[in-house]
Amino acid sequence: MLDKTAENGEFKVIGTRPERPDGVDKVTGRARFGADMVMPGMLIGKVLRSPHAHANIKSIDTSAAEALEGVKAVITAADFTADVPEAEYDTMVNCIAHGKALYDGHGVAAVAATSRSIANKALKLIKVEYEVLPHVTDVEEACKDDAPLLHDNIFTEGLEETPTTPSNISGRVQFGHGDVDEGFAAADKVVERKFRTEATHQGYIEPHACVGNLSPDGTGELWCCTQGHFMVRNSCAAILGLDISRLRVTASEIGGGFGGKTTIFIEPLALALSRKAGRPVKLVMSRDEVFRATGPTSSASMWIKIGAKNDGTITAMEGLLKYQGGAFKGSWVSLGCMTAFACYRADHMKTVGYDVLVNRPRAAAYRAPGAPMAAFAVESVVTELAGELGRDPLEFRLQNAAKEGDQSSYGPKHRAHGLMETLEQAKAHDHYNAPLGPNQGRGVACGFWFNFGGQTSTSLNIGADGTVNVSVGTVDVGGSRASMCLMVAEELGVPYEKVRCVVADTSSLGHNDITDGSRTTFSSGMALILSARDAKQKLCARAAKIWEIPEDAVEWVDGHARPAGPNAGEFDPMSLAEVAGKAETTGGPIAGHHECNARGAGVSFATHMVDTEVDPETGRVTVLRYTVFQDAGKAIHPAYVEGQFQGGAVQGIGWAINEEYIYGEDGRLQNAGFLDYRIPVASDLPMIDTVIIETPNKGHPYGVRGVGETSIVPPMAAIANSVSAAAGVRLTELPMSPPRVLKAMDDAKA
Amino acid sequence: MSQVHVHTKINGDTTEFLCEADEPLLDVLRDRLGLTGAKEGCGTGDCGACSVMVDDRLVCSCLVLGAEAEGRTIETIEGMADGEKLHPLQQKFLDHAALQCGICTPGFLVAAKALLDHNPDPTETEVRYWLAGNLCRCTGYDKIVRAVMDTAAEMRGA
Repeated sequence: MLDKTAENGEFKVIGTRPERPDGVDKVTGRARFGADMVMPGMLIGKVLRSPHAHANIKSIDTSAAEALEGVKAVITAADFTADVPEAEYDTMVNCIAHGKALYDGHGVAAVAATSRSIANKALKLIKVEYEVLPHVTDVEEACKDDAPLLHDNIFTEGLEETPTTPSNISGRVQFGHGDVDEGFAAADKVVERKFRTEATHQGYIEPHACVGNLSPDGTGELWCCTQGHFMVRNSCAAILGLDISRLRVTASEIGGGFGGKTTIFIEPLALALSRKAGRPVKLVMSRDEVFRATGPTSSASMWIKIGAKNDGTITAMEGLLKYQGGAFKGSWVSLGCMTAFACYRADHMKTVGYDVLVNRPRAAAYRAPGAPMAAFAVESVVTELAGELGRDPLEFRLQNAAKEGDQSSYGPKHRAHGLMETLEQAKAHDHYNAPLGPNQGRGVACGFWFNFGGQTSTSLNIGADGTVNVSVGTVDVGGSRASMCLMVAEELGVPYEKVRCVVADTSSLGHNDITDGSRTTFSSGMALILSARDAKQKLCARAAKIWEIPEDAVEWVDGHARPAGPNAGEFDPMSLAEVAGKAETTGGPIAGHHECNARGAGVSFATHMVDTEVDPETGRVTVLRYTVFQDAGKAIHPAYVEGQFQGGAVQGIGWAINEEYIYGEDGRLQNAGFLDYRIPVASDLPMIDTVIIETPNKGHPYGVRGVGETSIVPPMAAIANSVSAAAGVRLTELPMSPPRVLKAMDDAKA
Repeated sequence: MSQVHVHTKINGDTTEFLCEADEPLLDVLRDRLGLTGAKEGCGTGDCGACSVMVDDRLVCSCLVLGAEAEGRTIETIEGMADGEKLHPLQQKFLDHAALQCGICTPGFLVAAKALLDHNPDPTETEVRYWLAGNLCRCTGYDKIVRAVMDTAAEMRGA
């Protein structure tokens, strides 16, 4: 697939840093995000949420709310009567509780009214009779036999014998190869430790928002902020019993997602309210609702054991991972197990994972879902083992790094990738040899993410003036439209400024999977390159028609149709604008299309390096210096690649030292706001230095690898290694907040 | 409850509006006046996405009542560019790729302009602390801080 590379000097605009096409709208306030939409006659919706972590809903009396002037619709689970496929059932129940509230913040009812204040008043008039049940929010507690049971129809899957009693452990998974007992027997040194991480939220600044407008004839439109409007369409249509062709979903500009907007929360509620009220309904979450009812990632309890010979060869790696996924199945523990040892080559590897249910919001994907916590545990042990062997942590990793052809921890053999290069560049970087002061430490860690391709459909239309419109169905979360325009400009040989990209609605393109798995620049980019090649073929055919020569006697070079050789005849090259200008008389509009289920997403590896200082009086951790080394395959727009590296690193810094979901004894979330759930702010941080490594992905025409997710995998481990060096004690719990660090230091002294 | 009649000047235009006595200025701007450049990220003054200037003071418009705007002058992101000409901060944010999703960008620009208006030569630390009230989840702040520093240098003629 790879047919253009930097080495052969073929790139003209790829790798430059032009202004993004949506830039001016975003710096002037024009860009329209989820909550910025208004439709004529629009009502305001609000959701009533459970104050209890676990409760049977005995009855809901909505009569007083319905009687309030200005209230146009009230809905409960009783309004969702479609025969919902199993795949969407949990999603529906997560949007609105069916008989049982499963966590603090679980939606119970919703209203639509003529104003926000009336909607708020109406919520207070809804009478819900709860039977409060015992709850569990801790992953280890939930695994115990006497733990409060969330669902009586979940039996642990993946065991040799199917159990006869229901459990909060919904499944067991296992990955690996070889025989770890044999591997540990061959080891000279073995390190094993337990680790815990708390749940964190994706923390996008834009709360979920949508406007739904559903007509009595079953046709409708929905405007919403999402990472995947085709997913929203399909899920909402299933839940509401609609034909998918009748629901047109338009993705607004999206104010961050990080995986948290890869499912639905309020969209079917807005549509159901609209259907009942006969008017458009806008639903916008408050920040409190975002924390209590969306996101977060799993909290985890992990055990990792790694053995190595005195010469530094790792002989065996074993892990046990327990992730809670909230009140429903699906914690991404499988991905934690698959990625845990992916950076390494060892003959014996084994990971076992348990997917655990607790009374918390349903876990949503968060940037490389499942991988960062596993990496925290594994990379902590790797560094500790290197120390026990008297080895430099980068040298030890270089010695054991997975290379092309090695058996991976998750199944296939490794193809060419840039892990070694990230390590070598890290070792050679001046950061690695810079002096450290008192109470300071340096940590390194590696990280891996699979990356994804998926279903993709793109369209490219050439205007009469030779400018180009491209349509993609993958939501632009972080500047990907600029990369799309760069790839099309490169392929057609026209200036970047002549190409514009839009994210088309669900009625205008074939199905596109969600913007997830770091897939957008890879898969929509690939589809657009192939769309452009389709268009070039047609452009050549048009030129051939004009010149009255055979189609295969024309080639497309540097943005022009040219006769393919001396035998084709003497004709002056025709530019894109010249061919397009004659389109009407040569066969009509000129367009290119491509549809695929994109394969060949190249994996991405990173190595992170961080210096921290620990205040011995308070336990406070300050990040002093941070450098990211990551393989991008080919950086289409390097500024936004750097941005992905920096953003992922800083989310990881937050996860490592500050962010956590704190539940009270009552099972209620105690810090559902940005004041108490504190994400990193500018004054917490240094500049985040980046080194882009380009080991081309052979599965993409230009060598692109996804870059969005890998950057959050190593940070917690790198910081833990740094803080542990600075504090003189191994930190094994996240976040490494001042009380935890201080306690670890005090315990070490005691 | 009867509504409050408020007289104000927004981005240079004399503007009157009616609002509830307990209605935040942010809701007035967004829902009544169609100025949706200011965003609600939290509604509690923690994220800065709703930053606007009231007279010469940088505020979170979610924490100011619409009624408090009586007789005051308000500047929002919609008033930052001079017609077709972007403010240097706006241009530098584009040049430095200092935005990814862009939801926090209006708030950062309003806050950064307030900084440069009273301190044309801030240190990196001063920029970081001044902008500590504005949350960005995408960029890690690196490119934002660079864009502000670069703007300051350019505006000083450095």
